[in-house]
Amino acid sequence: MYQKFDVVIVGAGGAGLMAAMQLPNASVAVLSKVYPTRSHTGAAQGGVAAALGNLEEDHWKWHMYDTVKGGDYLVDQPAAEILARDAIDAIYELEHRGLPFNRTPDGRIDQRRFGGHTRNYGEAPVRRSCYAADRTGHMLLQTMYQNAIKNQVRFFNEFLALDLLINEGRVCGVVALEIRTGEIHTFHAKAVLFATGGYGRAWRVTSNAFACMGDGMAIAYRRGIPLEDMEMYQFHPTGLYKVGVLLSEGARGEGARLLNGKGEYFMERYMPTLKDLAPRDIVSRCIIKEIKEGRGVNGEDYVYLDLRHLGEKVITEKLPDITEFARNYLGVEPIREPVPIQPTAHYAMGGIPTDNDGRVVIDSKWTPLPGFYAAGEVACVSVHGANRLGTNSLVDLIVFGRRAGKHMARFIAENDHVPLPSHHEDFAREMVDHLLTSKGGESAARIRNELQGEMLENVFVERQEKGLQHAMDTIAGLQEAYKKVQLQDKGKTFNTELVEAIELGFLLDCAAATVHGALARKESRGAHYRLDYPERDDVNWLKHTLIYKGDGACEARLDYKDVILIDDPIFKPKERKY
Amino acid sequence: MKVTLRIKRFDPDKDAKPYWAEYTVEASPVDRLLDALNTIKWTIDGTLTFRRSCAHGVCGSDAMRINGRNRLACKVLIRDVGEKVTVEPMLGFPVIKDLVVDMDPFFRKYESVKPYLITYDNEPGTERLQSPEERARYDEGTKCILCGACTGSCPSIWGNPDWVGPAAIVNAHRFIFDSRDQGTAERLAILGQRNGVWRCRTIFNCSDACPRGIPVTDLIEQVKRAIVYGDRNID
Repeated sequence: MYQKFDVVIVGAGGAGLMAAMQLPNASVAVLSKVYPTRSHTGAAQGGVAAALGNLEEDHWKWHMYDTVKGGDYLVDQPAAEILARDAIDAIYELEHRGLPFNRTPDGRIDQRRFGGHTRNYGEAPVRRSCYAADRTGHMLLQTMYQNAIKNQVRFFNEFLALDLLINEGRVCGVVALEIRTGEIHTFHAKAVLFATGGYGRAWRVTSNAFACMGDGMAIAYRRGIPLEDMEMYQFHPTGLYKVGVLLSEGARGEGARLLNGKGEYFMERYMPTLKDLAPRDIVSRCIIKEIKEGRGVNGEDYVYLDLRHLGEKVITEKLPDITEFARNYLGVEPIREPVPIQPTAHYAMGGIPTDNDGRVVIDSKWTPLPGFYAAGEVACVSVHGANRLGTNSLVDLIVFGRRAGKHMARFIAENDHVPLPSHHEDFAREMVDHLLTSKGGESAARIRNELQGEMLENVFVERQEKGLQHAMDTIAGLQEAYKKVQLQDKGKTFNTELVEAIELGFLLDCAAATVHGALARKESRGAHYRLDYPERDDVNWLKHTLIYKGDGACEARLDYKDVILIDDPIFKPKERKY
Repeated sequence: MKVTLRIKRFDPDKDAKPYWAEYTVEASPVDRLLDALNTIKWTIDGTLTFRRSCAHGVCGSDAMRINGRNRLACKVLIRDVGEKVTVEPMLGFPVIKDLVVDMDPFFRKYESVKPYLITYDNEPGTERLQSPEERARYDEGTKCILCGACTGSCPSIWGNPDWVGPAAIVNAHRFIFDSRDQGTAERLAILGQRNGVWRCRTIFNCSDACPRGIPVTDLIEQVKRAIVYGDRNID
């Protein structure tokens, strides 16, 4: 079926909905492969940062500094300035739209400490994270969805995007599968925003939902658009042991501490100032080091998160959900027992390269692809650099989702639709028909399982040449095997086996791009830690990776793009200590 | 341990009516029921169809009827259900395929109660003030993940699919008792109608079903009292 809109937004999480909010006078379609309230924004827990200074002195420039330093100086600094400045107004806008923040005794938005957020350029932790218990993302997603209903936004629920349409040098639409009927639809648009989230399901231990399969990144990649800094993938320090479900950094913000098998609170040994509130890349590395040196619990591959000293009142009032996760999935009572945790795949700092208005830029010279936008985890602004600070993901959604929406409003006022390319549904139809008719005998589940194991083994917190090459070879083999995937379900109606197989194709492309970037970057920076190149190398590597898909399934071409620094000595790259 | 799942199946493209299928899989007592469903889908029968996403009880995708009660498949552990477990789609919703039900009517009802903050005053330059006590007044309703477990467990819905149902009322409550909101009268007028709160017969199935521990029936009663007394401050 063919439909025509001014704007098509793919993804109904925080970024997509925030963008939709900026387009009250346009015809907008929001496509989501799940009902909007199922989007993974809803799983965010600890908070959303803004230098409101409700409880102690704070300034946006301190927030900007923490973001730049937290990202190990791979952050484009003007973008970090926008993030930190705009966060303040964005939080007030969310409050005005109804978001039920926790409150201070005098009725203002309450704020808590969070990893890497400091006062006066690194002196001590600062209370900057605005929060709603430990379900801030849930509250944000609900609030955005409620406002979308109020504004009568048109949703296409359970539509899986398959392809991006480009013609005459402009993006002009999206082809999608209606999951319920199996129909292929073309959405013709002046502007397209991808807000499809991340690809955390590439790892076996992950905090990410089943939906986080890298759809938007892979669709763009297949159409010749580069992916930026894919080697920069965040492993959150505190996932529930084996399950991967997140225990919010908000717990440590409230005072919880990491404990090794010998009963030592080990973070104070590594990071004397911020201790347990050091940024995530550092804390995850410290945990892996403790485990490798035999100080895991009972010699196993986990340590504890200790909340006991917080007391029952703080735990039940401020951290109720994560407490229940520990109880339900591990049978551990956090009020009385320490909780087994391990690092878990969490967040893509990299993604589709954009400028500060969400416009997708396709080379090292920042050339835009007109009509194409990206925001949220799928995008790389780059505001998170080599390591995102906790709470900055939600800030990213609202700040850059809003800017992308506003820019699209201007773009559609000044531009008409370009015609669709000829045979515009062929690529998507071939993808679907091939999977539905293949008799290759291969199992998508087997391929996915092997990929997830390989990524956890060789593309995790610590990396080195040999392991990365092994991962590359494995993924190349899996890409070949993928061509032979055969389905049991050949039906049209709600064929989730088909959906899973299509998503697996996306995931393989994202994983391949990640390994290409990681193999090439011969230094350690932020989340990308190379045992064989343990130092940061600003002379050769203070630059963004751009990965273009090559001809073969697993081939790629790499290019690089300068990091944008501003002329202010405070932000000059220096050694990162906490 | 071995677990046998008895699952109600229906594919509208192939089946004239629903039927029961049995699968036996290997599972650990601390696995989620969702893990067992995935094991079936990935190793035995790829046609088995259900929704899932976050897999830890916060997105609301996988509400289904498990041993006769509406639960999230990702929150129920194998040790909670034992070696034999019966899984069906939720009652009160049209079935699309296997365990997947049509949630569109459910969301239409949610939308009908104006589930968004309504204000008529100018917005202040910073946040609106709200005391921790005022914030606590509507906290329960903010936990709702719109999974439909409450609505699908309600005999009043089974008897009258047009009824607005517990989930929509919970979400109305979340705004009716929010000190910042100025739309109370509009919402109470909607909920005072024929298919509003009064079809609730205080059966408490909804409170039992809620995976977020919301005291659903209690919240519905609070809305009833607000309608009777015309004031959200009387409790």
